[in-house]
Amino acid sequence: MAAVRALVTALVLVLAVALQAVVFSYFSIGGVVPNLALLVVVAAALVRGPEFAAVLGFLGGLAIDLAPPADHVAGRWALALVVVGYLAGRVRHDAGSSAVAAVVTVAASSFVGTSVFALSGMLLDDPSVPAAEALRVIPLAVLYDVLLTPFVLPVLMRLFRRLRPHRMAY
Amino acid sequence: MAMPSPRRRPSRTVLVLLLLACFTIITLDVRGGEDSPVDPVRAAVGEVFGPVESGTAAVVRPFRAVPEFFHTTGGLRNDVARLEAENATLRGQLATTDVARNRAAELDGLLSSSRQTGYALVPARVVAMGPAQSFSRTVTIDAGTSSGVHPDMTVLNNDGLVGRVIRAGRGTATVLLVVDQESVVGGRLGSNMEVGFLRGRGDLGGDARLDLDLVDTSATPGKGDVLVTWGSKHGAPYVAGVPIGTVQAIYSSPRQLSKRAVIQPFVDFSSLDLVGVVVDRSAASDRAVIRAGRLDSAKAGTR
Repeated sequence: MAAVRALVTALVLVLAVALQAVVFSYFSIGGVVPNLALLVVVAAALVRGPEFAAVLGFLGGLAIDLAPPADHVAGRWALALVVVGYLAGRVRHDAGSSAVAAVVTVAASSFVGTSVFALSGMLLDDPSVPAAEALRVIPLAVLYDVLLTPFVLPVLMRLFRRLRPHRMAY
Repeated sequence: MAMPSPRRRPSRTVLVLLLLACFTIITLDVRGGEDSPVDPVRAAVGEVFGPVESGTAAVVRPFRAVPEFFHTTGGLRNDVARLEAENATLRGQLATTDVARNRAAELDGLLSSSRQTGYALVPARVVAMGPAQSFSRTVTIDAGTSSGVHPDMTVLNNDGLVGRVIRAGRGTATVLLVVDQESVVGGRLGSNMEVGFLRGRGDLGGDARLDLDLVDTSATPGKGDVLVTWGSKHGAPYVAGVPIGTVQAIYSSPRQLSKRAVIQPFVDFSSLDLVGVVVDRSAASDRAVIRAGRLDSAKAGTR
C-alpha cells in the first residue's frame, strides 16, 4: 500500500511539473504560469503537515529544477518549495478549516516561494534577475496561483486525504 | 478534519536536512561550472520528463488546433504546407536581405550564398515553455540527439532567429531563446555590414526587444535596418545570415563608448510552434531533414 501511495504522489508531482510547462504556457499572463507544483505542496501541507510537505516540496522543486526546459542552477526551486511546504504545514491548523484561510495560505506560499527563488537567483547571479522584473513577476504569480486555487486545491486535498495512511486518520 | 489533532512541534530535523540538501545541490551545480556533477542527473531527468512533456503536448495540441480544423481538413497536409512555406520564406528572406546583396558585391557571393542557403534543417515543435517565474527564457523542442540535434546548434523559424540548443536529450532538446538575458548573439547590420553584440532583455511578448551594442563607435545604424546573424566558426552556436530583427530606435550617450540600438525581433516568441534546427548537411536523423535542393538551383538561376 505504501508503494502505491508513493507512486500516486510521484505521479501527481510529475503531472504538475509537466502541465505547468506544457499546457499552461498557452495561458500564460506575460509569461507567468500558475505554479502547480507549489499548489501540490500547499495541499499536502494543509492535509499532512510540515514534514511530509517539506519532503514533497524538495522532490517537486528538484523536478522543476532538472526537467527541461529549466536552465537555472539546480536546487533553487527545491529550496523555495521546502520553505513553502514547511511554512504552510505550520499554519495548517488555522488554514485547513476555511476556504478563505486556504486561499490566503496559497497566496502567502506563492509569494514566499517565488520570492525565495528570485532572491536565490539574485544572490547567485544566475541568471541576473533584475529587481524590476521580479517585482513584475511575483504579484502576477501570486494572482495566478490564487485564481487556480478553487479549482485545484480541493481536488488535491481530497486526494491527499485518501492517500493518508489509515493509522493517522482522525 | 473534523477533530483537531493534538498539536505537537514538528521536528526541525527534516527541515534542516532538506535545506542542507538544497544548499549542497546548489553549491555542487554552481561550483561545478561547465562539467557540473548535476548535469548527468539533469540529463537523466530530461530523459524521463522529455517524453512526458512531448506526450502531454501531443494530447493537448489537437484541442489547441481546434479552430484550425475548421479551415483545413488534413492535418498532415497542413504540416507539409507549413514546412514548405517555412523553407521558402526563409530562403526568400536570406536572398533578399541587404547582407546577401552586399556580399554578392564583395565577390564572395558564390561562397557565401552556398553557405547561407545550404543549411539543412531538422523540423521540430515547441512542446514546453519555461515559466517567467524562473527568470530564464527557455523552451523544450521535441527533437533530440536521435534526430541529429546537439548542443550549440542554431534554431530558427520562418520569421528568423529563435535561439540555440543548450542541452539535448534523446528525444527532446532545450533551446535558449535570444530574448533571454544571458543570451548574446553576434549580429551584422544589413545596410553597412557593421557588427555588434545583441543581448536579450528577458521579455517574451509583443514588446520583446533586443539591445545591440555596435563594435565600431562611429557607425550609425539607421532606423529600419535589418540585422542578421554574424555567424561563428563551423556555425556553432550560430550560423551566419539568419535574419534577427529590425532596428527600432538608436540611443547614444557621451559616456558610453558604443551606440546602443533597440532591435525588434522578427520572431514572435510568445507563440512559437514550428521551428527548424540547423544541422550538418550530412547529419543522420530519424526524421525528414529539409535540405537545400531544387530551391538552391532555382535561386542560383535568378541571381
